[in-house]
Amino acid sequence: MWLSLLLATGSVLGTLVYRRRSARRRRRVDVYFADGSMLALEYGAPDADSMLASAGEILAALR
Amino acid sequence: MDAAAALAELKELSPQLDAIVLLDRGGQVEAATVAEGAAAAVGRAAAALVRCAEAVARDLGRDQVAQLQAATPEGSVFAVLDEQRLAVATTDSDPTVGLVFYDLKTLLRKLAPSPAGGDA
Repeated sequence: MWLSLLLATGSVLGTLVYRRRSARRRRRVDVYFADGSMLALEYGAPDADSMLASAGEILAALR
Repeated sequence: MDAAAALAELKELSPQLDAIVLLDRGGQVEAATVAEGAAAAVGRAAAALVRCAEAVARDLGRDQVAQLQAATPEGSVFAVLDEQRLAVATTDSDPTVGLVFYDLKTLLRKLAPSPAGGDA
């Protein structure tokens, strides 16, 4: 019984951690330049965070 | 082609675009598929988004910003720029990225002034 409870708790916690990490992975900014190159800025980078904040304002304004 | 008509046509052809706002490079709204107040707020935030991207380009010695996508779990914001305008669109969190950029670039091309006729 204790083993089952432990497994269930571990599953729930693991799912929460995975979903949180997945959500962070989905926060990013891809900038494309006139010469065809591209820059990917991930969540947590200073420039990405301010751009993601502006994107959040846009999405919030349209809700 | 009229900007409002072009936006309406694009909205009909591209169901994955939730909202589309067309701005001049100063951030003023030219046309939008949403209410005026929301469009103005989008204009301000989009102008800030593009300014930040342009600052990154300058700092890294990159070429001009042509387009960008900001992806969040709540949805994505796309912006495509030309010399006169900025087209901003929002989608859900899992868009077909290439298609969205293509549609927005096509929109800007349709609205760009035609080149003057050549000499006869």
